[in-house]
Amino acid sequence: MITLNVNGTSRDVDVDPTTPLLWVIRENLALTGTKFGCGIAQCGACTVHLNGRPIRACVTPVAAAAGQQLTTIEGIGDGDALHPVQQAWIAEQVPQCGYCQSGQIMSAVALLRDNPAPDDAAIDSALKGNICRCGTYPRVRRAIHRAADAPTGATATVQTWDPEVRHG
Amino acid sequence: MGKWTRRAFIATGSVAGGALLVGIVIRPGDRRGELAPLVAGDGEHLVHAWVKLAADNSVTAIVPHSEMGQGAQSALAQMLADELDARWEDVRVLEAPAADGYANYALAKGFLAGGLDIPRVLVPTVDGAMMKISDLMHLQITGGSLSVRTTGVYGMRVAGAAARQVLLAAAAARWEVPESELSGKDGQVIHPGSGRSAPYAEFAEAAGRLQPSATPTLKTPDQFTLMGRSVPRLDIPQKVTGAANFGIDAQVPGMLHAAIRRAPVFGARVQRVDETAALAMSGVHRVVTLDDAVAVVADGYWQAQQALDKVQVSWTATEVDGIDSDGLFAQFERDMDTAVANGDEHTDLAVGDARGALARSDRVVEASYRVPYLAHACMEPMNATARVADGACELWTSTQNPLGFRYAVAEALEFDADRVTVHNAYMGGGFGRRSDPDYAIQAARLSAAVNAPVKLIWSREEDIRQDHYRPAVLSRFKAGLDAEGRLLAWENQFVDKHEPAEAPHVPYDIDNQLVHYADSPTHVPFGPWRSVDHSQHGFFTESFIDEVAHAAGRDPFEFRRDLLDAAPRHRAVLELAAEKADWGRALAPGRGRGIALQSSFGSVVAQVVEVTVAGGKVRVDRVVCVADPGFAVSPDGLTAQMESGIIYGLTAALYGEIYIDNGAVAQSNFHDYRMLRMDEAPVIETHIINSGAAWGGAGEPGTPGIAPALANAVFDATGTRIRELPVGRYDLDFRIEETDEVG
Repeated sequence: MITLNVNGTSRDVDVDPTTPLLWVIRENLALTGTKFGCGIAQCGACTVHLNGRPIRACVTPVAAAAGQQLTTIEGIGDGDALHPVQQAWIAEQVPQCGYCQSGQIMSAVALLRDNPAPDDAAIDSALKGNICRCGTYPRVRRAIHRAADAPTGATATVQTWDPEVRHG
Repeated sequence: MGKWTRRAFIATGSVAGGALLVGIVIRPGDRRGELAPLVAGDGEHLVHAWVKLAADNSVTAIVPHSEMGQGAQSALAQMLADELDARWEDVRVLEAPAADGYANYALAKGFLAGGLDIPRVLVPTVDGAMMKISDLMHLQITGGSLSVRTTGVYGMRVAGAAARQVLLAAAAARWEVPESELSGKDGQVIHPGSGRSAPYAEFAEAAGRLQPSATPTLKTPDQFTLMGRSVPRLDIPQKVTGAANFGIDAQVPGMLHAAIRRAPVFGARVQRVDETAALAMSGVHRVVTLDDAVAVVADGYWQAQQALDKVQVSWTATEVDGIDSDGLFAQFERDMDTAVANGDEHTDLAVGDARGALARSDRVVEASYRVPYLAHACMEPMNATARVADGACELWTSTQNPLGFRYAVAEALEFDADRVTVHNAYMGGGFGRRSDPDYAIQAARLSAAVNAPVKLIWSREEDIRQDHYRPAVLSRFKAGLDAEGRLLAWENQFVDKHEPAEAPHVPYDIDNQLVHYADSPTHVPFGPWRSVDHSQHGFFTESFIDEVAHAAGRDPFEFRRDLLDAAPRHRAVLELAAEKADWGRALAPGRGRGIALQSSFGSVVAQVVEVTVAGGKVRVDRVVCVADPGFAVSPDGLTAQMESGIIYGLTAALYGEIYIDNGAVAQSNFHDYRMLRMDEAPVIETHIINSGAAWGGAGEPGTPGIAPALANAVFDATGTRIRELPVGRYDLDFRIEETDEVG
């Protein structure tokens, strides 16, 4: 039995300790927001936070997370309030198919925690491990800049999107 | 030849909307009765099969298309809600069930369009002989950039207007006022004379008893309230929280997990399996052999995948075991030469006398181009969950063709189709790949074999190696110029023609054109890949016209423009792209700029790419994109699709190559099948022209022009003409001398 602290809650799982964390999160904990993309830490779809640091869950044995603070996409908001990065993602209408977006958002949240006002080079460096086949990169970049400008701390309401922001 | 018929069906699937009218007899009658139980809940009244109005006044658009990120479901709902005069905040989307009533052909000839002329865009473009009638009847495809321009224009708008009309009629009867005095606004019926108003929902039940018109009056653009506005997409909030449900997220009680390995050489079958080591592993239930594949079914996916690695499989030998991509291109060369020598090539387009004009040209420009096989590499690997029990199958997956999957799975299990239910989830990418039901059939067969629900997930390696690939193509050109550099003749020969039919054709006014092709089939399965044949022919034709311009000593933008007098829509798009990109402004040495123009799926797109070539590497700095979709239902949605199509196309142009080695795919995962990443993504500027032309598509038209615009920019920067993709094959060194910038 391995005890995980997931999104602030303690959970016991009975799995082979070498099982990648990804499959434990998805199958044993039924937190399916974390995605499988490649299995070899090439795409970032499985990005979660271990003690606040982004890791690739597909190559991290579950035993390595025992007793640590594990955060998934389901755990970054404050109750029903979205994290400012999630709000910025809606404001910039970032997701298309959406499959990689949990990983993109987890990488962005970690970046902004370290660097509250990242420049484009810092964004490139922090996000280049997250592949998006829909090509949302320009919007991911804008959303990170938007979140960086926003007041910190989750707010109570979801922003509605302002169609006047860009294209006419 | 059953297999080839199916392949042909798959290959043409993404333009299947164009194939819906071939001699199909439509079942008469109103679909409401049959479909109501499928889509209406308690206390809800089905106004008709495309709109659901609930007691809380929420409006549900029942959309017969699936969502893979292209935003079609929101755009279709937007079109419906505008004609209905609904409030956007009240609008929901429900994906239509995989039922015959929602097959594409039903739209084309169903009651909504019953009194209308058949839309020209639906005129068949596929080779009817290659497609079984039964396949046509069971297509519910999302592809061909067709959702807005067919379902939206001929379905959703009509449905919204018809629904509004019956609601107003019902209100008029209850209030005993003339219907002409009523109007709809924000989900309310309004009677200005008396100041009375009431929510639509109050009239839903009465309206449900009225027969909607097949030809209701549609709004004119000046009356639009939602169309043309960038309303927020309905699927996005759940995609930032992890709550969105994809095929891979299916949860079925008692379900087991499966990993699979199919014969690496296409056409090989399982010869012998040693499952001893796998069966000894923890959590493993069964090793199942499926003709051409071996799967392990276990408690968890990781256990299944680990055990599969321990299964020893030998495969049957095939005639293609020694084939590689170089050999396939040699085959293409031979077959093209033979076709010309024997005079049995297929004529695709003949205008004037191209060969005669070439013979009397002062100068003939010749070039040969090739593109490799490409995988789709959807972020969500192929997967499906099936429960086969008691002679029925329930399937949870993500597909571009839920109804087609239902029939394909039924056929594989030898069930009647009414014993198969498909639950379609969001697709983690589609790009054409999810029109092929191979993964769903595997899941269903595995569930039947182990008598339990099974979730089958392909590894990324399986996903790359068992795709239905964008075909490798060879294309040769000749152009004839007169002494003044005018283009007299255009000849193009290529291998294998698929869809859309017009993909090889150029918009330029050339008096003598001959486009022809030779058949050169291979053992490599092929299928629609974002923009289908446009993706290769766009590269070929827009690269070659650039070569011809340079050969004629002309600026490549001006050369194109001067051939577009008869195509003002194309010309306007091209000119705006050149203007927005500061065409003609000098660039520093090592930098270059290229332009391309493509018309596909009803939309016209021009792109200007700026690159920097340094240390032999190409960096794409900036893309200026001008799109004329006729009318942009959601300008931001169209912009997003241009960005997406550009990055998808750039990935392929810079890095994409599936190489066939010993009959099988050599690549396996993202380390050897590279994707464009954040640090390589260019600045993209999209400009939209609402020209008023017939509404075009969005999901694909951004892709075909980007590879040639890139290749033309690389030429501008380096003097190296890219005639084979990917660009990464070339050892590029930028010119040290002054670039001969166009001025």
